Amino acid sequence: MAGAGGDMQWCLSQAKGSLDDDVTEADIISTLEFNHTGELLATGDKGGRIVIFQQEIENKRQPQYRSEYNVYSTFQSHEPEFDYLKSLEIEEKINKIRWIPQKNAAHFLLSTNDKTIKLWKISERDKRPEGYNLKEEDGRYRDPSTVTSLRVPVFRPMDLMVEASPRKVFANAHTYHINSVSVNSDNETYLSADDLRINLWHLEITDRSFNIVDIKPANMEELTEVITAAEFHPHQCNTFVYSSSKGTIRMCDMRASALCDKHSKMFEEPEDPSNRSFFSEIISSISDVKFSHSGRYMMTRDYLSVKIWDLNMESKPVETYQVHEYLRSKLCSLYENDCIFDKFECCWNGNDSMVMTGSYNNFFRMFDRDHRWDVTLEASRENSKPFQVIKPRKVCAGGKRKKDEISVDSLDFNKKILHTAWHPQDSIIVVATTNNLYIFQDKMN
Amino acid sequence: AFPRLNPEKAEEAKLKARYPNLGHKPGGSDLLRKRLQKGQKYFDSGDYNMAKAKIKNKQLPTAAPEKTEITGDHIPTPQDLPQRKPSLVASKLAG
Repeated sequence: MAGAGGDMQWCLSQAKGSLDDDVTEADIISTLEFNHTGELLATGDKGGRIVIFQQEIENKRQPQYRSEYNVYSTFQSHEPEFDYLKSLEIEEKINKIRWIPQKNAAHFLLSTNDKTIKLWKISERDKRPEGYNLKEEDGRYRDPSTVTSLRVPVFRPMDLMVEASPRKVFANAHTYHINSVSVNSDNETYLSADDLRINLWHLEITDRSFNIVDIKPANMEELTEVITAAEFHPHQCNTFVYSSSKGTIRMCDMRASALCDKHSKMFEEPEDPSNRSFFSEIISSISDVKFSHSGRYMMTRDYLSVKIWDLNMESKPVETYQVHEYLRSKLCSLYENDCIFDKFECCWNGNDSMVMTGSYNNFFRMFDRDHRWDVTLEASRENSKPFQVIKPRKVCAGGKRKKDEISVDSLDFNKKILHTAWHPQDSIIVVATTNNLYIFQDKMN
Repeated sequence: AFPRLNPEKAEEAKLKARYPNLGHKPGGSDLLRKRLQKGQKYFDSGDYNMAKAKIKNKQLPTAAPEKTEITGDHIPTPQDLPQRKPSLVASKLAG
């Protein structure tokens, strides 16, 4: 992996999706996830569809090779449903995709909408049997009386066909809306979390799941916080964390008890009560939580910042990065247009030295933890020729705007980058705008 | 600290000026419950008739201009049925 963030030169490798200014709602990208090797990239959208891209590397032996992600498989994962009892529609929007570590030639992933999780198998077929005695090549049956000699059918190569089939459906376990799915390091179980409860499943068993966290109060009038995200520790199969709308992260140990309502650790940054405002709790709501690959740290994303926590220190984060602090003086309008409730995700690079998250105006931010360096980049097709290094962007918070800077009031709040992903090994990043996918590669590889 | 020195407090003052009836518990119950209920509520003849019976001669609370909001006692009426969902086609990312 390349060195310091400051040395990186990102070039737009590919841009995918419609160029239409008018966005079809179904095309809105709702989730993005690399598999464990980075060879496959899965996207989910509001229309319930999944598109999987596969990495193809040209000129592997050359120092400056180019990677391309091409469509590998696309299928309809979830369909719109109707809850007749509550007269509510169940959206087909894919909230999360998580890959299962690969055990054989086929690939497996979990995809979820608000209510139902599905296990999908994606397999390749590149040969087919030919030379049957009783069947013609097109499948029609031969009259047995015309068969004069016997032959042994053999497998012959065919054009690659990638098939996606639903293997398991995990339904009816969530009253509220599922926000997270996380596969355990034991490769046998996974958790699913909604606003108030977290359930533990076995990947092979669909007719039951164990409730491991329940924060629903007896009286809903007493509701003060909801679960916003949950994730299993990457190595410790007994440990998971869940974040809340009040800015706290609770770590639970499944060995302690069957119901993990009592946390083993609670991570919360103390707040100066004199600074408290109407917006404080809303902007402290954590929209994403991700363990580092090493398992020593976790990262949280709240409305204005990204925080890195050392799992051994609950009292405060070890690092805080401001994503777009200039928005603090715009909170009133951001509350009125609901942007203050936008759920941004965040991600680590392969060796945990850098983190990335999205912002508005199709900007996204990268932070180099080792060198205390950060950059703002833009996902745009303009001025992006192959091998052209994209220029950093700068937002002018107030006062005199320099040339090339953009003022806060000119930012387009409809252009949000909520989902980003970093290749687990290579210097390749993927950024999702509303309905387009941008793949950037570091020129220096 | 004076509101103008703290941008967040200044924004709060702005919001309270625009919406004087805004509740004092912003992250509290109402906001969270609205969040838990997200989703298009459809016309339910059972709810509709029960609500009509309860209110008798009074007018049913009508839909807010923003039809996806579920506000208080709002019962969806036949008038605010949402548009039919478009048919399922292939993703443009794969195109």
